[in-house]
Amino acid sequence: MATTTVETVPVQHCGFEGKVTVGGDGPPVVYFHTAGGPRWDGFLDGLAEGHTVYAPDHPGLGATAREAIYGVGDLWDLVLIYDELLDELGLGDVPLIGSSFGGMVACELAALRRARVPKLVLLDPIGLWRDDAPIADYMMMSPPDLMTTLFADMDAPQVQEFLVMPEDPDALATAIADSVWALGTTGKFVWPIPDKGLKKRIHRVAAETLIIWGEHDRLVSPVYAEDFASHIPGARVEIIAGAGHVPQWEQPEVVKPLVLDFLGA
Amino acid sequence: MKVTSFHFMPYRELPDDADQRYPSMWVDAPWWELGDAEKVGDFYNQSIDELMLAAKLGFDGLGTNEHHQNAYGFMCNPNLFGAILARLTRDLGYDDVAIVQLGATIAATPPIRIAEEYAILDCISGGRLVAGLPLGLGSDADVSYSVTPIEQRERWREGIDFLIKAWTAKEFFAWNGKHYQYRKVNLWPRPIQDPHPPLIIPGAASSSTWDYCHARDIPYAYLSYFGGKSSQAVMNRFWDRAEENGHDRNPYRGAFLQLVGVADTDEQAEEQFAEHVEYFYKKLLHCPPQYLAPPGYSDYKSLLNVLKQGFLEFADLSVDLKPLSAKEMIEREFVVVGSPATVRERLADMAKRLNIGHLMVLLQFGSMPHEMAMENIELFGREVLPHLQGVWDDEGWEHKWWPKKLGTTPVRDVPAGV
Repeated sequence: MATTTVETVPVQHCGFEGKVTVGGDGPPVVYFHTAGGPRWDGFLDGLAEGHTVYAPDHPGLGATAREAIYGVGDLWDLVLIYDELLDELGLGDVPLIGSSFGGMVACELAALRRARVPKLVLLDPIGLWRDDAPIADYMMMSPPDLMTTLFADMDAPQVQEFLVMPEDPDALATAIADSVWALGTTGKFVWPIPDKGLKKRIHRVAAETLIIWGEHDRLVSPVYAEDFASHIPGARVEIIAGAGHVPQWEQPEVVKPLVLDFLGA
Repeated sequence: MKVTSFHFMPYRELPDDADQRYPSMWVDAPWWELGDAEKVGDFYNQSIDELMLAAKLGFDGLGTNEHHQNAYGFMCNPNLFGAILARLTRDLGYDDVAIVQLGATIAATPPIRIAEEYAILDCISGGRLVAGLPLGLGSDADVSYSVTPIEQRERWREGIDFLIKAWTAKEFFAWNGKHYQYRKVNLWPRPIQDPHPPLIIPGAASSSTWDYCHARDIPYAYLSYFGGKSSQAVMNRFWDRAEENGHDRNPYRGAFLQLVGVADTDEQAEEQFAEHVEYFYKKLLHCPPQYLAPPGYSDYKSLLNVLKQGFLEFADLSVDLKPLSAKEMIEREFVVVGSPATVRERLADMAKRLNIGHLMVLLQFGSMPHEMAMENIELFGREVLPHLQGVWDDEGWEHKWWPKKLGTTPVRDVPAGV
């Protein structure tokens, strides 16, 4: 596993004190995590082999103060926070990768700062809405239902590994509280329907874009891949067999080279 | 003790397999398969009759509440019902009964509307309003009314601050809040009670809500459906927190909700109410916990508190109610069911143990026919109520959170067979 450090990055907007996990070596890339909370996973480890990966925690999560979310008013604030955070990190033009909720954040930032984002990787992003294929009501599911919605194959070892919870009662309580809080804090920017205007802004994305989607994504149907692609000139779509909502976990050996090739090209 | 007859207007005739057919009776219960508007008209009117019988029998208060898009109870705006009760009690000479709104959900309604409606109720009732201001359930505010869960508590706090200022300010003001903006506030009407009606905060064991009540010196109503036994730990912690905040143990700071069924004998009561107890717990409360508290609804501190303390054996709905029989639920004291003597003793004992000066009794569980509910209210009103109202009298606590004009207990001499 790559050695990581957590950098404290205060930004002026909303007085937010950012926390960014940094690992690896090479050209920079920024990764925005899902609504499930931050996690340095095998996918980021793979990226870190040839890149310096910057993975900020969304407000209220990871190493940030839990109450920090109350200072962030809306999606506009969140996008400006990340724009300032990249400034503070000294990252000028930088490729962005985002998974699910993080994909929406990456896409919003790419739409706002067209020149800043040369490359964009969207992994099963939320942010658009179709009445004929509604995004699952993932904040209102029981934990077991949420898991079966997230993954294509519950028996796969990497999925089972994800499901392991701490045994110590106090650590378990904290882990459960953190996972509920991850949904609640990110939910601030998408409740009750994750259609907050990206459809009006997505045409502004100028980045070279790779859209990756799990073929069996039950949380956001793969039909959305073409919707995202149709608004971003030149976007390429890759549908990943044997994967659900988080293809980089379920099919890492397929997704990792796709992303590395795209970043390196 | 102040005893309020509480009503949530349940749907009375759900099919036997309703809880198997649908994931919940909240939001997921399809009106077009289950609802009947003609019957609902009867149910609303019967509910008003049931509350008015309580007024006639000398209950201290009549309580109504707000829920949305469900079969459990749908007084979607409690103030519609409060207005009817305010007027009827006045007309019929029961103007010694409080109108206890338990109440309007601030986060789901423009707060200026609640300020107006509560003021109207206080005016129509002649100063008898108790203004309940619940945080509200997630299924109501968040799911049905699209409030962002993590903003619900902030909206509730800001809404209460606004309400009090709108009721009391003697100048025009602009409200430039985090969640609400009003350019020019000059509320018409204002409440009769000066400076404003007493507040009460109904809640579901959130430590953040207790702390709010203690910081503001407002009573707290624990709306649990799991009885005095399982609520002991919750109320103990509530009182510990009161002490930490420098407050006394004045029982009028606390209220508790209880389902009660009274019949001539214990056996008869168990037999008569069993199916209705099961209807209430298995059908009406068929609701997953994440509907009551979606992610973000509980702040992080409360979340950790609940998860680490494990003191909510039942209130977090982690216990599967489905396998429990009515008998078992009665044994676990979720409900208090028995003869007048049994019920008197249990409730007086519970009030003392929980140290509560307000009891909200629920005498219509859901599937009870109207006649049975009326009999239950009458038996309770005649045989139990008078024994509970004096429970705290010998301790001499001041009750400063009740309408001032209602200082004494209602006195009734109602002939039998009303």
